[in-house]
Amino acid sequence: MLLQKKNLLWVVALVIALFVPQMITNPAYRQIAVITLIFTACTTSWNMFSGYSGYVALGSAAFYGTGAYTMALVANHMHVPGNGDMFWLVPLGGLAAVLVAIPVGLVALRVRRHTFVVITIAIFFVFQLSAINANFTGGTGGLTLPYVPWQIQNYHLPFYYVALVVLVFAILLSAGVRRSRFGLQLLAIRDDEDRALGLGVKVFQVKLTGFAMSAFTFGMGGALYAMMQGQIYPQFVFDPMFDITIALMAFFGGFGTLLGPIIGGLVLESAQQYLTVTYSNGSLYLILFGVLFLLVILFMPQGIVVFVRDRMAQRQDRLESATKPASTETPVAQGVHS
Amino acid sequence: MNSSALIHAVIDGVLTGSVYALMATGLTLIFGVMDIINVAQGIFVILGAYLSYALSVHWGIDPFVGLAITIPTLFFVGIAVEKAFFGRLKGPEKTAMSILVTYAISLVIEGTLNMVFTVNYVQIQAWYVNKSFRLFGVWFPYIYVFGFIMAAIMLSGLYILLYRTRFGASIRASLADQTAAALVGIDVRRVSTICFGIGIALTAPGGMIFGATNTFNASTSYDLISRLLTIIVLGGMGSLGGALLAGILMVTLEDLVGVIWSPVWSTLSFFLVLVIVLSVRPQGLFGKQSARVA
Repeated sequence: MLLQKKNLLWVVALVIALFVPQMITNPAYRQIAVITLIFTACTTSWNMFSGYSGYVALGSAAFYGTGAYTMALVANHMHVPGNGDMFWLVPLGGLAAVLVAIPVGLVALRVRRHTFVVITIAIFFVFQLSAINANFTGGTGGLTLPYVPWQIQNYHLPFYYVALVVLVFAILLSAGVRRSRFGLQLLAIRDDEDRALGLGVKVFQVKLTGFAMSAFTFGMGGALYAMMQGQIYPQFVFDPMFDITIALMAFFGGFGTLLGPIIGGLVLESAQQYLTVTYSNGSLYLILFGVLFLLVILFMPQGIVVFVRDRMAQRQDRLESATKPASTETPVAQGVHS
Repeated sequence: MNSSALIHAVIDGVLTGSVYALMATGLTLIFGVMDIINVAQGIFVILGAYLSYALSVHWGIDPFVGLAITIPTLFFVGIAVEKAFFGRLKGPEKTAMSILVTYAISLVIEGTLNMVFTVNYVQIQAWYVNKSFRLFGVWFPYIYVFGFIMAAIMLSGLYILLYRTRFGASIRASLADQTAAALVGIDVRRVSTICFGIGIALTAPGGMIFGATNTFNASTSYDLISRLLTIIVLGGMGSLGGALLAGILMVTLEDLVGVIWSPVWSTLSFFLVLVIVLSVRPQGLFGKQSARVA
């Protein structure tokens, strides 16, 4: 099992991921690596619901922010010491996000896809504005977390490995869902919701479960981010750019595929972070980012993973048709390719 | 709080709401005909505002006169964008993809505007921007009244186009059912292109009023687009009358909450109303119940 070619690639990727912090020693770049892992985990999780079910959610920053605020509030009120113990609050952040996602899903999932997109945006703004205006969140000044007195040189190392655990969790969950009966029900909803309903899929429960499950990773990601930064502001943890970035990364890699969001997240988030650190000119960066996306969406509308897979399949076809003797019956698909 | 403050809130809400309604009408028209959620509508409003601003600052052209230039400009920008990008979008994920494409477009425009106009907040200036007149004991700011009159003219023009012309009939047919419209010989592609142009052109007057009543920079578009989206969902996506009514209702409500309670919570009320209405009526106030989603 473990030595099958496909699994071997995953193992190699994991081993490489384990050694990345040894290769990158600059704290600024290590921080990029941690944020990239968090975003990739979130993208994988987003895709597990939105990619499989076709319900594009653009308000998941609400759950990310919930996780971040849970971490900050619990750590402060319970007087959790500023050390590795705080990592135990990461799953708690995830749990809080799930608890928040259930009522949100009950409202938002009553409508069909197009409206769902907009409602999730509206709900996101409810969260952001509440965080800015409520008393217990510290308003626009945000919240300060317990100080973690680790040396700057290796400060990001523990965060990196915890983020990696979160990412592996998200990938395993996504892969598990994909292979399960539940995952098939989500895919059936994407293909034809009414037919799925007619065939006895309890569509509302399935959607709600998927939606709440995906929130767990968002909450963990937000909690981890809050702990690493040591200070959170409502406009940064409840960031409208967050959702768009997540969705773009998923589409860039391949919407609805398992591998796509991982690749999209790793490539784009690291590139984005790198560009922000390197170029102070934010406007040029916006333009570059926008143009890159237009190109990808227009020329690889299915994402990189599907694009590459199709190209490889075409090559295989050509090789086969070149070696085979010409037959009178040419399959239609091959005729198109050659 | 007294009754005169409430009356002012309602009057201001109706007057400014009509301008939001104008911008939202463009958005809902684009969605209804093309199934495209144009999240770039916010940045197009800001683009319209900057165009009017530039015309008045550099050439001293009055913003209302400048509309004769900005409306056609944005119409053709819309046509160009539609031709360049949306012909390629197809398939079941078309609407989701359209959000990403229009978002990418808005990033490009935002970056360009930041470069050309910097990120400093500006406001369109004219003699009527900060003046009011008194009528029946109530103060009316000139700009709100002018904006209301202009929105009313534009919306009537749109109404005449849609309900009194042959081309309008083909737009309405495409709104109702694209396949059926194509079957009776309507060139849905062409209708889509022109509708997108009209939808974007409507941001020019909307942006001009917005730019005269608010200080703005390119990133103001995020706040705008979230409001516009809320308005069209509340009205029922693709319903023109719904967008009109919801625009006025929402902005009036926001102003009222600001007066009665606190301006801090007024924006929140905007989104809360949406969530509450949709949990009772998922299709929005005037939306059609979607019978079957293909």
